[in-house]
Amino acid sequence: MAEEEVKLYGTWRSPYSRRVEIALKLKGVQHKYYEEDLTNKSPALLKYNPVHKKIPVLVHGEKVIAESHVILEYIDETWKGYNILPKDPCEKAKARFWARFIDEKCIPALKKACASIAEEREKAVEEACELLQLLEDELKHKKYFGGDCIGLVDIVANFISHWLKVVQEVVGVELLTIKKFPRLCEWSEHFVCHHAVKDCLPPKEKLLAVFHSHYGSATTSKC
Amino acid sequence: MGEVKLLGTTQSFPCARIQWALKLKGVEYEFIEEDLGNKSSLLRKYNPVHKKVPVLVHHDKPIAESLVILEYIDETWKDNPLLPQDPYDKAVARFWAKFADEKVLIAVWGAFTAEGEEKEKAIKSALEPLAYLEQQIEGKKFFGGEKIGYFDLVVGWLSQWLNVMEEVGGMKLLEAERFPLLHEWGQNFIQAPAIRECIPPREKLVEYFHFSLTYGRSLAANKP
Repeated sequence: MAEEEVKLYGTWRSPYSRRVEIALKLKGVQHKYYEEDLTNKSPALLKYNPVHKKIPVLVHGEKVIAESHVILEYIDETWKGYNILPKDPCEKAKARFWARFIDEKCIPALKKACASIAEEREKAVEEACELLQLLEDELKHKKYFGGDCIGLVDIVANFISHWLKVVQEVVGVELLTIKKFPRLCEWSEHFVCHHAVKDCLPPKEKLLAVFHSHYGSATTSKC
Repeated sequence: MGEVKLLGTTQSFPCARIQWALKLKGVEYEFIEEDLGNKSSLLRKYNPVHKKVPVLVHHDKPIAESLVILEYIDETWKDNPLLPQDPYDKAVARFWAKFADEKVLIAVWGAFTAEGEEKEKAIKSALEPLAYLEQQIEGKKFFGGEKIGYFDLVVGWLSQWLNVMEEVGGMKLLEAERFPLLHEWGQNFIQAPAIRECIPPREKLVEYFHFSLTYGRSLAANKP
């Protein structure tokens, strides 16, 4: 079953589809990658994810899985070897909790702070930093959120390690700084150099160009 | 007793999900009713990040977020599995759980709070995600098959809670004519013993949703 063909539909610039690439790499799973043009969605994507019409979508044999968290857990349960989630139910629950926190609270607040201008910006930055502080505290003295090895929370936090830095530079907002979040910054350095991660990051120059055109004078956030 | 505690409120459906799961598994627990207008030091200690219910405390270790708690319960107490064993079937259940909590709930809430011209449009928007659920239940007594499973608990609020929201919010969504399968599911679900015991009294829900409606509408009115 695990030997059936694996296909991933994603985009080069999406942190959500890059997460799936990291997981597949950690498990040593070969796959075929299909780059989607989200302005002109392929018949395959529309067929495989008719509900949301979004990437990433993982196709494993005849099985289709959508939503990055759902895909990550499917990958962890289907291919043995590397543990993306802890085995202990309580530690697993903690990992899932923080993964949700990042996607449901942290990333929206970071995007809002980056898209805000003038009077709104200060408050939005403050709110986003409060949330980053919770991650800083959760990291404690661990190398990764997963401990000595990267795990679910690290993978889900990929946006913070790379995309956030690029957006910060483009819009001139100070969110993830060494002064405010030394542990998160150190985590980020280790994470982006990890063998399973470094080839799963979009080239900085390409991202910069995209964000310059989006954030240039726009007030809506797109990542 | 004392080994498993659940911090929650009677009217909260995310809390009901957890009570249902524990009862289906035959797990003894202590229910600690929280006053969300005056949060206890216990709640602040066990869920410092969100300060929300439900929080399950097992061996003094807290777990928060209802879907996270459901999976923890399923992995810790093996009797009467809630989720399928197969990774793909599990993924399907998790996908629909996310859909229900994001699309269905938000659309229903939108229809609940909408007024005037916006109301009809909001109701129509809420019918779309519900139609997906009608498709999912086809050929089955429960979403979990013959027995109540994870996804039944996730959308359990479509029974009593939605019914009260329809009355208080002046809207009709889950009608037998439009969604016969979902309607029948709701009747079967609410009659199951472990489920019935944790359905809050209707009057309490009516009071709760009247308050929520006023609050929800005032929030919408104050949005820039």
